[in-house]
Amino acid sequence: MTADGVRATVLSVLGEIAPEADLGGVRGDVPLRDQLDLDSMDLLNFVVGLHAALGVDIPERDYGRLVTLDACVAYLAERKAP
Amino acid sequence: MPILGADMTAGTLVAWRKQPGDRVNRGDIIAEVETEKGLIDVEVFASGVLERIVVTPGATVPTGTVLAIIRDDGAGAAPSPAPPPAVAPVLAPPSPARPSPAAPSPIRPLVPPSPPLSGAPPGSRQRVSPLARKAAERLGVDLASVAATGPGGVVRLEDVERAAAKPPAAARPRLDPSRMRQTIAAAMARAKREIPHYYLAHTIDMHRALAWLAAENARRPVTERLLPNVILLKAVALAVREVPELNGVWRGDRVEPAAGVHLGVAISLRGGGLVAPAIHDADRLALGELMRALRDLVQRARTGGLRSSELSDPTITVTSLGEQGVETVFGIVYPPQVAIVGFGRIAERPWVVDGAVVARPLVSAALSADHRVSDGHRGGLFLVAVERLLQAPERL
Repeated sequence: MTADGVRATVLSVLGEIAPEADLGGVRGDVPLRDQLDLDSMDLLNFVVGLHAALGVDIPERDYGRLVTLDACVAYLAERKAP
Repeated sequence: MPILGADMTAGTLVAWRKQPGDRVNRGDIIAEVETEKGLIDVEVFASGVLERIVVTPGATVPTGTVLAIIRDDGAGAAPSPAPPPAVAPVLAPPSPARPSPAAPSPIRPLVPPSPPLSGAPPGSRQRVSPLARKAAERLGVDLASVAATGPGGVVRLEDVERAAAKPPAAARPRLDPSRMRQTIAAAMARAKREIPHYYLAHTIDMHRALAWLAAENARRPVTERLLPNVILLKAVALAVREVPELNGVWRGDRVEPAAGVHLGVAISLRGGGLVAPAIHDADRLALGELMRALRDLVQRARTGGLRSSELSDPTITVTSLGEQGVETVFGIVYPPQVAIVGFGRIAERPWVVDGAVVARPLVSAALSADHRVSDGHRGGLFLVAVERLLQAPERL
């Protein structure tokens, strides 16, 4: 999957968690938590959603690498690299 | 119409999920009701056969109104004792007994129900003048959506014509944030007026609990990972068994300790608003089950589908503002409960161990409680119990 594909998937998972959000306006470099008002339950659902969509099991110690959309995409691309 | 919050005075019957002749069992969802808290699934607290529907979809009726008649189909059951709709409605005074099988309302009214909204006998449809009714049919106006201006709340011809002239309303939103805000305002103002609150706070070292949680989550699949909040909830549920006067319902002049621990969890709604539905028997759930219950509850709170028993049954509430980064939260007791527990953010702070200052993850646990029911000494014992339980997370 390309980086764009990963980005689109991440946005789609976020869309399920924050259905009222304007995903087109999400900035890549600002913490997602602040832009979308996510709490710890939302973040857990986000990780579960990413796992379901991309088959990547994200351990708790890596949650800190998912702070921004850009960071998420980079992390997931790295995990999915052959 | 059940009371699904201390300040609820009326609700709108949106849809029936069962039809006359259907067998219903205790706990079945029988209808959907719209309140300021959103669309709620109403459960039946008696088993039997649904004999007759009294309130039709679209009608807004006061709490306490008979919605339907359920016939107890035990051997040789007598006909239901509930009156036909033309007779005075069920506006029963508070009673400690479970409601009669005839009334599907699972809650005894905790506040005197308000007078009928539109002047119409509760349990019947709104009153509509014959001219207005004909006009509504002709113009295709939904009478349930017409504001009545006639004396005693009668819908008149001009009301229907006015409704017909308006452009079609957008689909009614499930949640009106401003109405929810008004509901919360009324409940909180009442709580502050009537409940003499006292407040206690206690700082708890969470390093054992978090270390245990990290190890636990490392071995769990992602779908079964536990949030720290679940550990806090379980500790509260167990601790309140040691100080049971904090787990009950105020009955006008005394507290009635509850039989079970039904933990209300404050959930903020996306777009504003707050609801605090119960996880039933939280003290008896394993952490994994508690996590699943919490996750399901949050999902349904935010998208609709909370059940009436979840709104009416909390015996003590927990609120956690940890996400927003504040240190301590002193909640307002939500009547008719008698206590609320608040948790702040778990954060690394200085702590003293064996005479030396170390960094530890600490959380502030705060109790706001009704001083008519408990004193600071008992409230303090409760918080100390929460602390003790959190030092042995493997036993939660």
